[in-house]
Amino acid sequence: MESFIQQLVAGLATGSIYASLALALVMIYQATHQVNFAQGEMAMFSTFIAWTLIQFGLPYWVAFFATIAFSFVTAGVIEFVVIRPLHKAAELSVVVVFIGLLMIYHSAAGWLFGSSIKEFPSPFSKDAWYGGQLMSSHQVGSIFVALCMVAVLFTFFRFTTLGLTMRAAAQNPGSSRLLGVNVGRMLMLGWGLAGAIGAAAGMMVAPVVFLDPGMMMGVLIYAFAGALLGGIDNPVGAIVGGFLVGVLENLIGTYVVGTELKLSVALVLIVAVLIVRPAGLLGRRIVQRV
Amino acid sequence: MRTKSSSAPRSSRTEILLALSILVCAFMLTFFVKGYVLFQASMVLSYAIALVGLNLLTGYNGQISLGHGAFYAIGAYTTGILMDRVGASYWACVPASGLVCLVAGYAFGMPALKLQGLYLALATFALGVVTPQLLKYKYLESWTGGVGGIVLTKPSAPFGLSLSDDQWFYLFSLVVTAFMFVIARNLIRSGTGRAMRAIRDHGIAAESMGIDNSHYKSMTFGVSAAFTGVGGALSAISIQFVSPDSFTMFLSISLLVGMVVGGVGTLWGSIFGAAFIMFVPGLAEGISKDAAWGIYGLVLILFMFVMPGGVMGLIARAQTAFHKSRNKGTA
Repeated sequence: MESFIQQLVAGLATGSIYASLALALVMIYQATHQVNFAQGEMAMFSTFIAWTLIQFGLPYWVAFFATIAFSFVTAGVIEFVVIRPLHKAAELSVVVVFIGLLMIYHSAAGWLFGSSIKEFPSPFSKDAWYGGQLMSSHQVGSIFVALCMVAVLFTFFRFTTLGLTMRAAAQNPGSSRLLGVNVGRMLMLGWGLAGAIGAAAGMMVAPVVFLDPGMMMGVLIYAFAGALLGGIDNPVGAIVGGFLVGVLENLIGTYVVGTELKLSVALVLIVAVLIVRPAGLLGRRIVQRV
Repeated sequence: MRTKSSSAPRSSRTEILLALSILVCAFMLTFFVKGYVLFQASMVLSYAIALVGLNLLTGYNGQISLGHGAFYAIGAYTTGILMDRVGASYWACVPASGLVCLVAGYAFGMPALKLQGLYLALATFALGVVTPQLLKYKYLESWTGGVGGIVLTKPSAPFGLSLSDDQWFYLFSLVVTAFMFVIARNLIRSGTGRAMRAIRDHGIAAESMGIDNSHYKSMTFGVSAAFTGVGGALSAISIQFVSPDSFTMFLSISLLVGMVVGGVGTLWGSIFGAAFIMFVPGLAEGISKDAAWGIYGLVLILFMFVMPGGVMGLIARAQTAFHKSRNKGTA
């Protein structure tokens, strides 16, 4: 029983990371109906930036927030330079460009930082949390960081004018434009936020999986599964879905299929959700008018 | 991008002549180069077949697959297992691999029917990432050889022909490739091919014209996987080795790159695409270990922005410009 609870809690901890990355995916999907295949690699690159800053001797939290700021700006720039010209392009072109971005980020990280596996520090102490056997401080910390981000985002979107404007721009770009909203800038902001959230997810997962250019590929698949499970157009769904996928992955991995097939759980989950309930647990059903 | 490439106005007679002359050149290659270059040429052929498969699915039928490496892997492994564990002849393994992939592709295509555009891309992306892990699965290890993979031997030329193993296998690949291209060309030109394109261009309209969307879509998935599997089978014999780590996401993305470079929804573009993904990573390796990824990435984005029709699109544009200038001259 104790090991079961331990697995459950460990699942919640990794789930918090999937939830964050899923949230980043949903941010972009909501605004532009595009799935950002490069989200994981962008987060990986940001984590390398944080690593470099820490190597230069910056304190962890300074590096953390500097990286968040850096990721915010680069993601916004990418939206402006690469994605915006594509807003009327065919689906395939968009997917191809995202895959292109993924590869460029991957290659740039390998080129700039080397492809050897690096240790990434955790801001939380290595010991168990308050002497309890159940979970490590890092696990508690990453759950806490994820929940903090959710709280901040919720407040931002619910209680600020800018947040309201962003939601309007995402839901009805045409009318928003007529009301004087600069929709392009809102999309750019949304991308920036997604980049920042992804960066936080990367910095939280790096101490667990170690830092190397390939580290986010698996995490991205779990995040896809989480986003789809929760409903890809629903931020709350992404969080719930991310946590659920984390728990499912750990429990199924431990008790059913064995650790080496864990990633396949995500594949099965993705296909199953898409077939049984394409809108996800909390998503809206989309009815297409012909 | 999709409509432009599908029907370049070219009479079928010139096309056949062109194809024959390419075939003759490819045949002559057997006797002018040797060893490693011939191996590379056989690999280009295997990629070309795989790309035709991907093009049938994505280019002609509009179903985006980011995980076609999985079917390449299934083809390669089927051949590997049949040759090594069962002792089957290599020439029987190639169609067998195609058949296995036809079934596998159809099986994946059935649930994929429910997945529109982006979602299918997502699911196949996951498939591509998961493939190496599935191949390492411990209960399949007695067949697949686990992480170690399977070592194969290259067949020798039959009937006492005085050809080296490389020469013979290149010729064998060439025959298979020509055969597959003919099948693909006929398929595209048939009613089935028109149905495939109609579904791509407007699924609902196609349905209301009496085209059975789900039948054609899952069948296309199967046929596409079969082509890719045949390519995988040839590559397994060429390399004489199959292992899980040859079939990573990079392979699936390479196939995507090949399709984009050659031209989405073009048959002949597959040859250019295949040559590209065969030779460019090797050249890039000289710059840095990760340069191939970067070059692929740049190529994908640049092509989408600058020449979305790929090499074939460029050729078509050059032809149009040529005809225009000639017409002007006579008028």
